[in-house]
Amino acid sequence: MPGVNSSSTADMAFILLIFFLTATSMNTDKGLARQLPPPVPDELKNQEADVKMRNVLRILINSQNQISCQGDYIDIKLLKNKTKEFIVNKNNSSDMPQKVLLKDVPFLGDLMATKNHIVSLQSDRGTEYKVYIDVQNEIVAAYNEIRDEFSLEHFNKKYAELDDEHQKSVRAVFPQKISEAEPRTYGGKK
Amino acid sequence: MGKFAKKERGLPELNTSSLPDLIFTVLFFFMVVTTMRESEVLVEVRVPSASELTKLEKKSLVSSIYIGKPNRSMRARFGTESRIQLNDDFAETTEISNFIGAEKAALSEKDQPYMTVSLRVDKNTRMGIVTDVKEALREALALKINYSAAKRENIAE
Repeated sequence: MPGVNSSSTADMAFILLIFFLTATSMNTDKGLARQLPPPVPDELKNQEADVKMRNVLRILINSQNQISCQGDYIDIKLLKNKTKEFIVNKNNSSDMPQKVLLKDVPFLGDLMATKNHIVSLQSDRGTEYKVYIDVQNEIVAAYNEIRDEFSLEHFNKKYAELDDEHQKSVRAVFPQKISEAEPRTYGGKK
Repeated sequence: MGKFAKKERGLPELNTSSLPDLIFTVLFFFMVVTTMRESEVLVEVRVPSASELTKLEKKSLVSSIYIGKPNRSMRARFGTESRIQLNDDFAETTEISNFIGAEKAALSEKDQPYMTVSLRVDKNTRMGIVTDVKEALREALALKINYSAAKRENIAE
C-alpha cells in the first residue's frame, strides 16, 4: 500500500494558521483596576457622609485640565509625594488624617495608622480622560510606594513579593480608599 | 511501475516533509497566545498610558465597553461626538444596565461577583460621558471596573 500523500498538510495548516491570525487578537489587557462604590439608596441621597475634613484629600481637576489638591494648584509630578505624605502622616500633624489604633493586625500586632483617610477625586465634565487617568495613576502609585516601603520596613520584602496573608495585613494597614465623586457635585454639595 | 531514466541534476530537491510540522507549531503558538476577537470596534480608541497597571485575570469574566469618536467609516452616519459601543453597536447610557444584565446572566452564579468591566476609553474623551457610564455601572451593580491603559514609565521618575 502506498503511503497517504501528505504534501497538502502544509497547505491545510497554513489555512488554519491564517484563520487564527485574522480571527484572533493578541492585545494584552491591562489597566487600572478600580472598585466603584455601591449605588446610594434614594433616602440617603441628600445626606452628607459623616467624614472629618482632615481625613479627606481633595483632588479636583477642572475643565482646563488643571489639577488642584487641597485648594492649591499642583503639578502632576508632585501629586504622588503629596498623596504619600497625606496618607502616611508621619508627624501626626493635625491637618492630615487622624491615626487610629489598629488592633491585632496579623503579623504586626497593634499599630497606629490613618485607616479612615479618603482620597477624593473629582473631575469636571469637560476634563480630558487622559488627565483623569494620569491623576488616578499617581494616586495608585502613591499607594503602591507606601505599601512597598511599609513591607520593606516590616518584612524586608517588597509588597509584591509577600505571600497572600502578609499582603492582606499590609492592605489592612493601608487600604486603598479612593472616592470618585460625580462631577456634578464639583466644588460643593449636591 | 515503469522505468524512468535518471535525470541529471546538480542539486537534490529541498526536503519539505517537515514543513507541515513547522506550520503546525506556529499555528499552535497562535492558538495558545491569542484570544478570539469579541467584537468589531466601531469607535476610535487609543487608550491612555499609565504605569501602575494590573493585568485582567480571566478573559471570560471581562466585558468591554468602548467609548470614543466613531471611526472613519461610521462618521457619516453617527457624527464625530464621542459615543458608547456595547457589543457590536452604538448605544446610549440607558442601555448599559441591560447590557450588564445580559453579560452577568451569561456567567455562572459563582463567577458573577468577579465580573469585571473593562472601560476602553479614548484618551481625548471628555469625562462627562465616562462619568455617565460609571454611574450607570454603579446602578447596574457592576462595581469591578478596569480602566484599560498602555504601559509607560512613571512621569515623576
